[in-house]
Amino acid sequence: MAFLLNLTWLLPTLTVLIIMLLPRDRLALLRGVNLVSAVAVLALVIGLLIAYVVQGPDPAYATGAVPRLAFVSRFAWFPALGMEFFTGADAISLLMMLMAAVIAVCGVLVTWTLTDRAKEFFILMQVLLAGTFGCFISMDLLAFFLFNEITLIPTYLLIGIFGSGKKDAAAMKLNLMLFGGSALIIVGLCGLKVVGGSFDMAVLATSEAIAGNPSFQSWAFPCLFLGFAILGSLFPFHTWSPDGHSSAPTAISMFLAGVHMKLGGYGCLRAGLYLLPEGAEQWMWVFLILAAVSVVYGALIAMRHTDLKFINAYSSVSHVGLVTFAFAAMSLTGLRGGVLQMLSHGFVTALVFALIGMIYSRTGTRDITKMSGLMKRARFLGVAFVLAGFAVVAIPGTSSFVAELTIFVAGFADNPTPLRLICAVACVSAVVLTAIYVLRAVNQVVHGPGDPGQLAPMTWAERAPVIILLVCILGMGLLPGWLIAALDASLDPIIMNMGR
Amino acid sequence: MADLLSAAWVLPLLPLGASLLGLLVHRKAALCAGISIGANAIASVLAVLTVVAWLGADTPTVISTLDWFTVRGDVVLRVGSMLDAISVMMIAMVSVIALMVSIYSVGYMRDDPSPGRFQALLSLFVAAMLGLVLAPNLGQMFVAWELVGVTSYLLIGFWWHKPGAVSASKKAFVVTRFADAFFLVGLIVLALGAGSLDFAVLLAPASAEALAAQGGVFGCNLLTLGTGLVFVGAWGKSAMFPLHIWLPDAMEGPTPVSSIIHSATMVVAGVFLTARMFPLADAGGSLVLAEVTGAVTALFAAAVACVQRDIKRILAFSTLSQLGYMMFALGVASQAHPDGFTASMFHVFTHAWFKCLLFLGAGVVIHAVHSNDLDHMGGLRRKLPITWLACLAACLAISGIPPFSGFFSKDAILAAAWGAGHKGVFALGLVTGGLTAFYMFRMLILTFHGSYRGDAAQLEHAHEDKWMVAPIALLALLTVAAGWPLQSLFAHHMVPPGVEAGHAGHPAWLPWVAAGAGLAGLVLAWLRYGRTPRMSALAGWRKALFDQLGSNCAWRWLLNRVLIGTIAKVSRQCDEGAIDGSLRGVADGAQALGMTTRWLHNGLIARYLMVMVAAAVVTLVVLGGMP
Repeated sequence: MAFLLNLTWLLPTLTVLIIMLLPRDRLALLRGVNLVSAVAVLALVIGLLIAYVVQGPDPAYATGAVPRLAFVSRFAWFPALGMEFFTGADAISLLMMLMAAVIAVCGVLVTWTLTDRAKEFFILMQVLLAGTFGCFISMDLLAFFLFNEITLIPTYLLIGIFGSGKKDAAAMKLNLMLFGGSALIIVGLCGLKVVGGSFDMAVLATSEAIAGNPSFQSWAFPCLFLGFAILGSLFPFHTWSPDGHSSAPTAISMFLAGVHMKLGGYGCLRAGLYLLPEGAEQWMWVFLILAAVSVVYGALIAMRHTDLKFINAYSSVSHVGLVTFAFAAMSLTGLRGGVLQMLSHGFVTALVFALIGMIYSRTGTRDITKMSGLMKRARFLGVAFVLAGFAVVAIPGTSSFVAELTIFVAGFADNPTPLRLICAVACVSAVVLTAIYVLRAVNQVVHGPGDPGQLAPMTWAERAPVIILLVCILGMGLLPGWLIAALDASLDPIIMNMGR
Repeated sequence: MADLLSAAWVLPLLPLGASLLGLLVHRKAALCAGISIGANAIASVLAVLTVVAWLGADTPTVISTLDWFTVRGDVVLRVGSMLDAISVMMIAMVSVIALMVSIYSVGYMRDDPSPGRFQALLSLFVAAMLGLVLAPNLGQMFVAWELVGVTSYLLIGFWWHKPGAVSASKKAFVVTRFADAFFLVGLIVLALGAGSLDFAVLLAPASAEALAAQGGVFGCNLLTLGTGLVFVGAWGKSAMFPLHIWLPDAMEGPTPVSSIIHSATMVVAGVFLTARMFPLADAGGSLVLAEVTGAVTALFAAAVACVQRDIKRILAFSTLSQLGYMMFALGVASQAHPDGFTASMFHVFTHAWFKCLLFLGAGVVIHAVHSNDLDHMGGLRRKLPITWLACLAACLAISGIPPFSGFFSKDAILAAAWGAGHKGVFALGLVTGGLTAFYMFRMLILTFHGSYRGDAAQLEHAHEDKWMVAPIALLALLTVAAGWPLQSLFAHHMVPPGVEAGHAGHPAWLPWVAAGAGLAGLVLAWLRYGRTPRMSALAGWRKALFDQLGSNCAWRWLLNRVLIGTIAKVSRQCDEGAIDGSLRGVADGAQALGMTTRWLHNGLIARYLMVMVAAAVVTLVVLGGMP
């Protein structure tokens, strides 16, 4: 089973090699390999998740403050550095991987008709997937860091080569800012290694040396948390994300905003809150304020933009800000709400970016002031866009409602300080702002008296991802019970560490 | 029969199923109508049977629930049903009105390109409303509340190619969403304070005490704060002044939608929520909000209705005014004087029938003359005799003329206000009653009496479609019958939890005065419009004033000027200027640093030599200076 877990990143790596060997003019074959690989990873992740839910964690990881891992494997990698290749997964990482795998399949389908330099595109995309899955299963922080760095390379090329608009500048801005975040992270990691004596998350989580060293925590936590928060596009370090996500090609926007950005939240949770809870206690008020500002500010700017991709990108800043806000509550409800929001926003934003891509390829514009009456010519697209809008607004029945309700409850719970109360009220007010910009976009694009003219019909490769993502959003919104139970068990060690 | 009571959760599932099925086959109009009418008919029969079973059973409250998901510890979101006096009344009312409206829509939407979609969305609306009234906890209430909002968005914007409909649907959603944000916070405050969302726990006196003992902000305890915030949700949904601005615009939707929004769903949801929260709100003192907003809205909307020209807008403002009655009736009620509660619920019930009727009647008129403007009507009673008679009954009912149903409920409201000692509100209610009669008969006379003022060619095809007239006739019967026969039933059963049923004092002069006010309004309308059925156009400051009040200047100013035009604009400028600017500053700084150090490495041996010598000299001087 441990090998199967590693297959999630080995399979994309293998796919890279296969695609490299294939001739570039055999497009159908290239696409086929790409799709088969993505579907295989998805099947693998679903199987692993079922196995995890049925079996639970390995006995060695079932109690105490260690992560609730299963499918554990360890290889010595750089013994001199004390670095092991230590992989394993708990419910948090498996659910994140499920979301990533679903979005990967949808992304492959969305790029079905790509012909220009398709081989290179597929290679880079699979590298991105390999890096991302590697991140989610690495329980050695240095390996986690390395995989995270690996994802930045294909991101740069995918935006720079295949993007649109000011793609060069956007790609550079994205990479420079994320590298800046990485620099902060590596400082924190070195500190952890020096004080805790290891990069091993299970060792660090139970390390007395870290727990008994508040002065270390008070400088290491902001480094790690801020480094990852930049990847999670926290105000005021968010400006790379709207530029990057809007310049990227559709499938990459879906993956970057849906999955890659969540590596930030995931890192904040795993490396920040989990390992350095006292530092978190000390610094959280700063991140609370930044999160609340992100939420409101992102929504406000989304109201001003007229480019659909920018609207969704700023909406992502707003909705991912809720993740940090939820974490800042530092309670089980808050952490669960944050993870639920990461999952939910992944599906929702991927769906919105996919739909924007399909609209753009038909109408040739992303400017909402130049669009009207899409419903007249593209019923499926119009209905899907309205439903996606409802998901962004967090209508009950969609995944975002479950996540946002949990987050807001966490925000007001546990005798909030006046600061948290103000931030919570600000975040709730963003619910109204969201309704304004979403309905503005929906009414402009889908409704209205205009006629966009004859539009190309939807192909199956376009319908399939829309339907898959809608099923995920509604499924998570209607039946969140098992998800919450699984998450709570895996969040338990983090809560335990916070209470120590 | 007891099974029927605990299985009430089936009721919303019927229209929900019909809606999903209908959306799948939305191109087949007849099939969709059949599914919709069938589901609503079954729901109506079940609902009426439930009422009978509930009246016969000894258990006043029947709850059955299923866990949905855990939010936090004890705060679990459950779905299911709760039957007590108010929800039993509401399910019967909602499902029967839904049935009437779906039958009517067969005729009304016959020439529309997508009647199937309309029927399916209508069923969804009804399902959401049934889920709302059956909610056994505040969580399901909020969920259904939001779904009512979404479906109303879809229905108001049903003709999505009309710009007016599109902006009206957005406005309705955003304004109610604004209020819902308060509701959400209130819900969280109450749930965290009392440790549960379930009404069984939440509405118990122990919860009120526990909440009152916890301090909140601004010197309010959690009880006052939570119930007050929840009431703001009701404020928006029930379109109380000044959040009423979405309701008149919502007339852009098809008339059957207006009919159901104004009678049994959506706007009534706010009154229902306030009634549901009554024990808590009463203990927390936040009912005074309901009293003040209700009274202000009742009078204000009645005044605005007197000068409207659009038949549907008149009805819209009349709904606002009647909702004001219901709200202030709840506001004057208390544990000691529960009459207001009874009267409010009675008025919800009677109002539903005649308001539904009036809108359906207006739909027939609009179908006949292809206009909403009273100026293009007149003398229609010969062409539309059944509609005329039915509307006459409804106008008499809403004006509070005995023996029509509205008289009994309005009389009960005024008696409750008087009995509770709120004399000011009583007087206001009385004046509003007179105004109500005036503007309703103004509308009736201008529409049906006198001679036709529009284009004669339009009128040739005017007729009464049997699908449209049948529900109107049935509703006319209910308009007459829903009052007096049910009076004692309401007095007996419709009491807030924990209060003994009993009839409080009812001054003997009061019915006469109430009926007199209505009659006076009627006579005034007849004197003004009976002989010369023409409107004088408002002009000057009066027109401006009423346009501002009834319309949406403030809304546009707030949304477009303040929010989008200023706050959002500044945010974006800050994003592009300050934040991106400082980033560029960092990048430029790095570049400048590189530029300045570059002259060291320009490849000229002479420069390198010079630097070496200079460095050596500096080093020697520094070293030499050291001891």
